Amino acid sequence: MAEYALELTNLSRHFYLKNGAFKEPTLLKAVDGISLRIRPGETLGLVGESGCGKSTLAKMILGLLEPTDGDVLINDKMRGASSRLSMSRQLQPIFQDPYSSLNPRKTIEQIIRLPLQLHKMGDANSQQKAVKDISDLVGLPERLLTNYPGQLSGGQRQRVAIARALILKPNILVCDEPTSALDVSVQAQILNLLMDLKKELGLTYLFISHNLGVVEHLVDRVAVMYRGKIVEQGTREDIFQNAQHPYTQALLSSVLTPEPALGLPEVLDSSAWNQAS
Amino acid sequence: MSDATSTVSTVSNANTFLPVVPEWRRTLNRFLGHRGLLMGSIILGLIVVLAILAPWLVPHDPYLQNISQRMIPPVWHEKGSWEHVFGTDKLGRDYLSRLLYGARISLTIGLSAALISGLIGTTLGVLAGYFGGRVDAVISYIITTRLAMPVVLVALAMSALVGGSLQMVIILLGLLLWDRFAVVARSTTQQLRDAEFIASAKVLGASTTYILVRELLPNILSALIVVMTLEMAHAILLEATLSFLGLGVQPPMPSWGLMISEGKAYMFFKPWVIAIPGIALMVLVLAINLVGDGLRDMNAPEGRN
Ligand SMILES: Nc1ncnc2c1ncn2[C@@H]1O[C@H](COP(=O)(O)OP(=O)(O)O)[C@@H](O)[C@H]1O
Ligand SMILES: [Mg+2]
Repeated sequence: MAEYALELTNLSRHFYLKNGAFKEPTLLKAVDGISLRIRPGETLGLVGESGCGKSTLAKMILGLLEPTDGDVLINDKMRGASSRLSMSRQLQPIFQDPYSSLNPRKTIEQIIRLPLQLHKMGDANSQQKAVKDISDLVGLPERLLTNYPGQLSGGQRQRVAIARALILKPNILVCDEPTSALDVSVQAQILNLLMDLKKELGLTYLFISHNLGVVEHLVDRVAVMYRGKIVEQGTREDIFQNAQHPYTQALLSSVLTPEPALGLPEVLDSSAWNQAS
Repeated sequence: MSDATSTVSTVSNANTFLPVVPEWRRTLNRFLGHRGLLMGSIILGLIVVLAILAPWLVPHDPYLQNISQRMIPPVWHEKGSWEHVFGTDKLGRDYLSRLLYGARISLTIGLSAALISGLIGTTLGVLAGYFGGRVDAVISYIITTRLAMPVVLVALAMSALVGGSLQMVIILLGLLLWDRFAVVARSTTQQLRDAEFIASAKVLGASTTYILVRELLPNILSALIVVMTLEMAHAILLEATLSFLGLGVQPPMPSWGLMISEGKAYMFFKPWVIAIPGIALMVLVLAINLVGDGLRDMNAPEGRN
């Protein structure tokens, strides 16, 4: 077994933002030298406010975006050293928006079956059976298989996305805010499902969220991201009971803020900040 | 599976059950509810059937000349007869038969030219929209160049240069009318390029060809079909224009534009010789446009599930 399911070394991605035709473009370090390691079977929560670079990081891990610098290792092998096909058998994404992650012109059956077809695994019969089995596993009623995504609810769609991600039996899932587009009542169902699947299949998760509260009951370790960097990481207990960095403390207290609309409390005083980082 | 998940799934089914009306029923209802689309489809369907069945329907050979039967007026005229329902032209050819065969020419040209230009424009637009960057810059330049050329003038010049014939008109119009396809394909592709289902297919290792043809294209097809109807009507009118000017389909073929052209010397005394093919042309173009408008309405966001 690989030592690390996922290892990022000094991963960076810079964007140049155009400021009109005559001005110098500004440099945005969306992801700035991030190193992370996730052991097989572990769940790492990556938390940070919107725009801090979480999705950019996920895209680089998934091979959707070239890093400016640094490496991604999947099961101890460099991403890029092997083909997309073999990478996709080890690592699959669950995206944020289940309304955009399913092709509206395909039936649910076609969507879940696509990975098997692309990887030429099994004949039509065994593929159909695999689709039924996996739908069962994620709690998707069989009668929905002939429907189109437009006829499903958000929660059902996210189950379809999970089924599609799992049908190739990968050992790592990258979940980029998998529940933040869902109704609150459905969020818990999907989170429970993800946890059950983890137990049953021994999956490794990179679980991305802007909300510490969401990851609290799911993760083994937490990494806190701010402006492209990891400012603090540790076990769940470390972070939730004994956070060192003021940004983490701010995130925590925003979770505990009785009125969500109040947002981040003003504790980002710069002296404390510099001390901690 | 653990108990937790199975209860979870039952709850979600109860909560989120949507009434399952078959997709085709909803489409059919919306189709029947749209009066313009219904009318347009009926008229267009009728014209297509008449054109296809023309060889069995025509009362006379459309090419057969008969000097003793020239310029017979149509049946509703006091000197008309049921022998020639729409009368005859200056060479004594049966007008109804020529009109039916003319529908074949118009439809063939409209469909073929729109297919050729659809292929060119969609390819260019999808590539520009999907890849962006330099590819987009080059293709956008080509589109702008094409938009800067006046279609009628170029078509006239080209057909004057190479000579008119059915095939020439099809190729010429096919090469000229792709701009709207390219613009629409480009912008719809840009909207979908970053959709997560495309990203998911990429992660799965699908080839770019697969992603463009199987994932993206079906989602922009409805917009392209609307453009297709517009360009079909456009091509049919341009063919009539070219033929009217003697630069399109050549005699003795019964193109509607050519029939109007051949009748123009008589239009003050025997107006039906240009009125009949003129009205036919107008009805066909109107029907195609009604269908196009209707399809666009059916694909409008609020009509989508
Ligand atoms: N393709 C891009 N071009 C320019 N800037 C980008 C691009 N993608 C992301 N960014 C910028 O990078 C930053 C991080 O974005 P993102 O990774 O989506 O954040 P998060 O997922 O944490 O909300 C944002 O400021 C965003 O505007
Ligand atoms: Mg994001």
